[in-house]
Amino acid sequence: MAGGDTSWRPLARPLLIPAWLVIGIFALLPVLLMAVYSFLTKEFRGGVIWDFTLTAYDQFFITRGLFGDEAAQVEWTYITIFGLSILQAGICTALCLIVGFPTAWFIATRPARTRAVWLFLITIPYWVNLLIRTVSLKFLIRDNGPLNEGLMSIGLIDGPLPLVNTNLAVQLGLFYSYLPFMVLPIYAAVERYNFALSEAAADLYASRWTTLREIVLPVVRPGIVAGCILVFVPALGAFLAPDLLGGAKTFMIGSLIEEQFKGSQGNWPFGAAVSMILLSLVLMALLIYARAAAREGER
Amino acid sequence: MKGVRYYPGFLPLTVLCLVILYAPLIVVMAYSFNGSTSITKWGGFSLRWYVDVFTGPDAGRFGQAAWNSLTIALMAATSATVIATAAALAMVKGGRFRGKGASFALINLPLMVPEIVTAVASLIFFTAIGLTTGYGTILVAHMAFCIPFAFLPIAARLEGIEGSYEQAARDLYATRAQAFRLILLPLLAPGLASGWLLAFIISLDDFIITNFVKGAGMETLPTAIFGSVKQGIKPNIMAISTLMLAVSVLFVTAAYLINRKGQKTP
Amino acid sequence: MRKLLLGTCLLASPAFAEGELKVYHWFEYIPQELVDKFQAETGIAVTIDTYDSNESMLAALKAGRLGEYDVAVPADFMVGIMIADGMLDSFTPEEMPNLGNIEPKWLDVPFDPGRKHSIPYQWGSTSFSVNRDVYQGDISSLATIFDPPPELSGKINVLDSQNEVLILGSLYLGIPQCTQDREQLKALNDMLLAAKPHWASFGSDIAKDVLVSGDAAAGMIYNGFSAKARAEGANVEYVYPKEGHVVWMDNVVLLKDAPNRDHALKFMNFLLDPVNAAAVTNYAAYTSGVAGVEPYLDEAIKTSPENNPPADITPGVFAEACDEETQKLYDAIWTNLKK
Repeated sequence: MAGGDTSWRPLARPLLIPAWLVIGIFALLPVLLMAVYSFLTKEFRGGVIWDFTLTAYDQFFITRGLFGDEAAQVEWTYITIFGLSILQAGICTALCLIVGFPTAWFIATRPARTRAVWLFLITIPYWVNLLIRTVSLKFLIRDNGPLNEGLMSIGLIDGPLPLVNTNLAVQLGLFYSYLPFMVLPIYAAVERYNFALSEAAADLYASRWTTLREIVLPVVRPGIVAGCILVFVPALGAFLAPDLLGGAKTFMIGSLIEEQFKGSQGNWPFGAAVSMILLSLVLMALLIYARAAAREGER
Repeated sequence: MKGVRYYPGFLPLTVLCLVILYAPLIVVMAYSFNGSTSITKWGGFSLRWYVDVFTGPDAGRFGQAAWNSLTIALMAATSATVIATAAALAMVKGGRFRGKGASFALINLPLMVPEIVTAVASLIFFTAIGLTTGYGTILVAHMAFCIPFAFLPIAARLEGIEGSYEQAARDLYATRAQAFRLILLPLLAPGLASGWLLAFIISLDDFIITNFVKGAGMETLPTAIFGSVKQGIKPNIMAISTLMLAVSVLFVTAAYLINRKGQKTP
Repeated sequence: MRKLLLGTCLLASPAFAEGELKVYHWFEYIPQELVDKFQAETGIAVTIDTYDSNESMLAALKAGRLGEYDVAVPADFMVGIMIADGMLDSFTPEEMPNLGNIEPKWLDVPFDPGRKHSIPYQWGSTSFSVNRDVYQGDISSLATIFDPPPELSGKINVLDSQNEVLILGSLYLGIPQCTQDREQLKALNDMLLAAKPHWASFGSDIAKDVLVSGDAAAGMIYNGFSAKARAEGANVEYVYPKEGHVVWMDNVVLLKDAPNRDHALKFMNFLLDPVNAAAVTNYAAYTSGVAGVEPYLDEAIKTSPENNPPADITPGVFAEACDEETQKLYDAIWTNLKK
C-alpha cells in the first residue's frame, strides 16, 4: 500500500448523513405519520379521529357484503386491483427494457462527444408536461387520428383499430411515461463496458447473443436493475395513463388511493392503509433483492 | 463482419424509441399554431396563441410559473445529485456496515410511496411544524423525491468502477481528494449526467405533491397547466409546451458547444 | 428569456398593494380581467390558489390550510358539509350591501338558509349530451346513458364522479337520494353494473373533448361544458331528461379564520354586482344567481339552449349530503362499479 488508504468504509456513515436527513425529515416522517393514520378512525368526508382501530385493514382484506351483515369472507376486490396493477407495471417494465436496452447500447456506442446530446434527446420530450404528452398520444391513436387514418389510407386496415380505452393504450402510455427511467441508468452502466471483452469472446467463436448474455449482461446488470426499479415502482402507482388512455373503468392502485384522499369517499385511513400495504410489498421485494445482491457480492 | 458493437435489431428499436418519444410532440407543436380555440379541431395556421402566451391575461402567471419550475428543477436536481452521489459512494464503496439495508430502503422510500400520500402527509407535517408553504417547501419536497432518481443510476455506474483506478492514483501520491476529483469523478460522469437528468425531469413534471405544498399564489408550470384542464386544454398550453421545448433545445445546444470547446483545449 | 421572465414577474405583483386577499378557487373559473378590475378598484392584491375538486379542497383545508385563505368556492352540498364542520364564518346583511342582488330563488337555499355564509357564484345542471350526427332517435330519457340504443353502446363517456353518476342513476330508477332501502340500493347497484359494458370511459375533465373529437358519441356532461362542445363544432344536443337532472350551484364562502375578512367581504360584494357576475358567466358559460345580469351577457350565452331549457322540463334536484352510514353504502356501490 504505497499510496495510502483508498477505503471508503470509514466515510460511509458521514456520506449518508445528508440523505438520511433530507429523506428522513421530508419523506420518512410524513410516511410514519401516514402509517399512524392507517390505524385511526376515519372522520366522515376526510380527516381522521384519534381512535385506534384496524378498520382500514379489515376493509382491505375482509368483506361482509354490501350491507355489512353477511358472514365475513375474503375481500378479493382490492387484492385483484393490486394483482392487475402489478401485472401492468410488470409488462411496462419488460417493454421499457426491450426497447430501452438497445437504445442505451446505441447511445453508448456513439462517439464520446455526441453521447451527451443523445442523452438530452431522450429527455427533451419530458420538458413537456406528462398530461399534455398523454393527451397528444391519445390524439394520435384515436379512431379518426393520424395513426388509424394513415394505416387505412395505405390499405393496411379496413376500419380503424380500436386503441383508445384499451389495455394496449394504457401500456403504450405507461411505456411512454417511463422509458427514459430505463434508458439512462442502463446507459450509465453500458458506457463502462470494455468492448475488448466482446472482441475476446468473438475470437473464441462465441456468437453475438452468447456474448451479450454471458459477458455484457453481468457487467451492466446494476444498470438494468436500477432501471427496472425506476420504471416498475412508479408505474405501480401511475394513474394518468390508465385514466386518460384506458378510460378509468377500473381502479388501479394509484387511482384507488387518490379516490380515498381526493374523491368523494374521503377515507384517509383506508387510503393510508392501502399505501402502507403497497409500501411493504415493494419494500420487501427491494430488501430481498438487496440481500441477494450483497450475498453475491461476497462470493 | 460487423464490429462487436453491432447487434441486429438494436438500431430499429432505437429508432422506434425515438419515434414514440417524439410523435406526440409533433401534435403538440402543430396544434400550438392552431387558429381555433380547440385542440381537437384544426382552424388554420395562426400565431395567436404565442401572442396570447406573452401578452394575454395569463401571461404573467405562466411566465412566473415557468420561471419557478425551471429554478426549482435546477436546484432540486443539483442538490439531489450531490446528496445521492455521497450516498452512492457510501453504499457501493463503503463495504458492509450496520444499517446498510435500512439506508438502501430509506433512500428509495420516496419512490415507493404514492405521490398523493406524500402530498397529504407533507402538507400535514409542514403545517404541524409551522413551516409556511411556498417556494421553499416545494423545493425541499422536490429534493427529497428526486434523490432516488439520481441515486440509482449513479450507484449502478459506481458498481462498475473497480477500486484499482483510485489505488493507482494514490500509489502515485495523489491525495485522497485529488484521486476522487481527477479519477473517480470523471469515471462517474455518465452516471451523474443520467441521475441529474432524471431528477430534473421528475421535478419539472411533478404536479400532485407540488399542488399540495405550494401555498397560495405560488404556481409551477404543471399546476398552472392542470388549471386549464377544467375547461379543456386550449392551444395556448400547446404554445407554452412548444416554448419549453425550444428552451430545452437551447440548453442542449449550449451544452454541446461548451462540451466541444472543452474537448478542444485539453 | 430570463430578462423576459423577470419582467413578467414584476408585472404580476402590483406595487400599490393596500392589503391582500387569498382566494381558494377552482382551476380556470374566474377571468383574469375581472381579478385585475377588482385590484384596480380596491387596491387589494389578490392571490388565487386553485383546486380541482370539492373533495380535494376539503382535504387541503382539513390538512391544515384553514386560516390561510379568505374565501373558497365550494358546490352546494359541500357548503352544507363545511357549515356542519364549522369551517365557515358568517356575515350580516349590513356587511354585504349587494346581498339584495341575489335572485330570490337563490336567497333561501337548503344548504345555507338565509345566505349567512355564502353567496351564489355560478349554477348549472348536469345530465347528458348526444351527438346528433351519430344518433337521431329519442333521447328524452336517461335510458340513453344507462340502457343505451345499439348505436350509442360502447361510445358513451360517464363523469368520473361518484355523486353525479349515482344520483343520475337514482333518478333513472326513480329512487330517492340517500335511501337506505336495501331493494332500491341493490337495484341501483345491479343497474349500474349492467350499464357499465355500454360505457367507453369514465372522465370528468375530458367530458367536452371526447364529444368534440368523436371519441364518444354521448356523454354525461355539465350544461356549460356541452355549450362549449357545440361552439367547437360538435353537433351535440344537451338533454333535460324526463326523469330529472342534477342542479348544482357553486358558492363563494367566507372561510373561518380568514386572515383578511374585510377584503373577503369586499370581494364577495364585488361579485354580486351584475356587471361582474355577468363577466364570470360570459367566461364560464353557466348561469349566475344574480338578478339584472342580462344586459351584460354575450348574445350566445343569453340564448344558448343549454342555459335556457323549455319551461315544461322535469325540475332538477340538488345533490343531498347523506349521513355517514348511508354514504358508506353508496361508496361500496361506486367501488363495486369501478373494480
